[in-house]
Amino acid sequence: MTTDHITAELDINDNEQLRYIAAQAVDARVNVELETEGMTLNIGPQHPATHGTLRIVAKLDGEQVIKAEPIMGYMHRGYEKLTEVRTYPQVTTLVNRIDWVGSFANEVPFILAAEDLMEVEAPPRAQWIRTALFEMGRIANIMLFLGDMAVQLGGVTAVFYAFRDREFVLNQIESVTGGRFHPNFNRIGGIKDDLPAGWIAETKSVMQKVRDFCDEMEDLVVGNEIFQLRCRGVGVIPAEVGKAYGLSGANLRASGVDWDLRRDGDSRLAWKDLDWKVWTHPDGDSFARYWVRLQETREATYMVEQILDGLPTGPIMAKVPRIIKVPAGESYVQTENPLGVMGYYVISKGELTPFRVKIRTASFSNMSIAPWLLEGVYVPDIATILASLYFILGDIDR
Amino acid sequence: MGLVDSGKMPKSLTKLLNISRKYSLWVYQWGLACCALEMGAAFGSPRYDVMRLGVIPFPASPRQADLVVISGTVTDKMVPAILRLYEQMPDPKYVISMGSCANCGGPYWDSYSVTKGIDQVIPVDVYVPGCPPRPEALLEGIVLLQEMIHNEDPAERWKGDPIVVGGGEIS
Ligand code: SF4
Repeated sequence: MTTDHITAELDINDNEQLRYIAAQAVDARVNVELETEGMTLNIGPQHPATHGTLRIVAKLDGEQVIKAEPIMGYMHRGYEKLTEVRTYPQVTTLVNRIDWVGSFANEVPFILAAEDLMEVEAPPRAQWIRTALFEMGRIANIMLFLGDMAVQLGGVTAVFYAFRDREFVLNQIESVTGGRFHPNFNRIGGIKDDLPAGWIAETKSVMQKVRDFCDEMEDLVVGNEIFQLRCRGVGVIPAEVGKAYGLSGANLRASGVDWDLRRDGDSRLAWKDLDWKVWTHPDGDSFARYWVRLQETREATYMVEQILDGLPTGPIMAKVPRIIKVPAGESYVQTENPLGVMGYYVISKGELTPFRVKIRTASFSNMSIAPWLLEGVYVPDIATILASLYFILGDIDR
Repeated sequence: MGLVDSGKMPKSLTKLLNISRKYSLWVYQWGLACCALEMGAAFGSPRYDVMRLGVIPFPASPRQADLVVISGTVTDKMVPAILRLYEQMPDPKYVISMGSCANCGGPYWDSYSVTKGIDQVIPVDVYVPGCPPRPEALLEGIVLLQEMIHNEDPAERWKGDPIVVGGGEIS
C-alpha cells in the first residue's frame, strides 16, 4: 500500500519534470528562431524629436533600448571663448542666443553678475520691468513646449494653438524691446527703455489669452486619454536620482522637490514681493513634467499681472560710466530660467572685456540624465522622454 | 527630361512646367538654431500660413523635397550631414539660406566652430538676412524664389545671380 503510493507520487513528479523539460525545449527553439540581433538606431542630428540637432545613438534589442548615448556638439558655437573678445555691453547680444526661446531670461544673470562686480544696482522700476519680461520670456518658452510635446506624441493640433497664442506674447515683448526673440534690452545698471504707452493694459489682456490657452491645453492634451497612456509612468525620475544628476527647474519639481530659485535664491528681481506658488508633482514621470510646466505658465501670467499693477515709478537706469570697465573680481549669479537654473561665473581683470566667463546652463545637466533614463524603454518612449525633458540645443552645446 | 536639359523644349511648355513647379514646392525644413523657430512660425503657425503660397512644408525626407531652408547656425560638425542630405535631394533643387548665421556666420563671425556661410558648401539661391529674420521675410524669400522659378530656363539653371531679400547687402 505504502510503496504503491510512493510510485504514484514518483510518476506524477516524473511527468511534471518531463513536461517542464519539454516546455523549456520549445521555448528555446522559439527563441532561437526569433532571436534578434542587436541593432543600432541613429536618431538625428536632424530629427524633429530632438528639437534641433541632438543626435542619439541607441542600441536596440527588438523594441527595447539597451543603451542610448546622446552625442552633442552639433550646435557648439563657442560662447565662452567669444565672450572673452566682446565688451560687456556686447556680451548680452551673444548670450541671449543661448536658450533661444526664452532669450530675455538669458541676459539677466549675466547682467546681474556684472552689476555685482561694478557695485551698481538697477533702480526698482528697472528690476520690476526685468522681472515682467523675464516671466513673459518664460511664458513664450513654455507655451512652445506645451504644444510641441503633444506633437511628439502625435497630436498635431496643439502646436498650432501654441504658435497662434505665442505670437501675442511675442508681440508684447517686441513692442517693448524691439525684438521678437533676441531683445538685447538689459543694460548694466538698468534697462534700455521704459514701457510704451498703453502697454500695460494690452499685456493684461494677452495674459488672459495665455490663461485661456492653458485651459485649452488642459482639456486638449492633459485630459486626453492617449496622451495620459503614453506619458504616465514613462521616464520616471526619482527625486534622489534627479538631484544626483544635477537636474533643475520643472524637471526636478515634477519629481516632488520643492525648490525654486525665484523663491529660495537671493535674487534682486521682484519675485520676493509677489504672491505666488511653486508647483510640484509627486510622480516624476513625463506626465508630471508636462503638468508642472502647464501650471507654471499659468502662475507666471498672474505674476506678470501683479508686477504690472505694482510697478514702482522712478528712473530706469542707475548712474554708470559711458565706457564700461568692470573692476577686477569674480562673481557668480544664477537664476531660475525657463529651462532650469542658469548661472554665469564672471572673472574680470579690470578690462573692457571679461577675462573668463563660465556658463552653467540648465539643459546640459538635464540632458545628462538621458542615458540613465532611456535604458530599457521602448522605442516610441524615446520621443516622449526627450520631449518631456525639454531641452534647447543651444542651451546644451552653447 | 531630356528635352528640358538640352534646352529644346518649346517656350510655352517650359512656362507651363515652371508654373506648376513653382506652386508645388515641397520644402524640407533644416532648422538649426534660433532661426528655426521663426521658420516654424512661418511654416507652422496660422498667422503666417505658408501653404497659401503653394508650399508644402512637411515632406517625410529630403528625397521628396524641392527646396531646403537652411535656417540657423551651421557648425563645422554639422556640415557633412547637411551635404549628405542635400545630395539626396532630387534635381532641380533650390536652397534658401535663412538668417545671418547661415549667410555668413552672423554673431559668431569669429567663432572657432561655426561655418561662415553655408554657401561655402552648397549653392544658395535666396539669402534672407536678419537675426532672426521675421517670418514675413522668409515668406518674401519664398515668393522671390517662386518668381525666379517662373522665369527660369531649366537648361540654364545656375547661371543667374542669387537673390537677396530687401535688395541690400547681406547683413
Ligand atoms: S542668425 Fe541669429 S537668430 Fe538666426 S540662428 Fe543665427 S544667431 Fe540665431
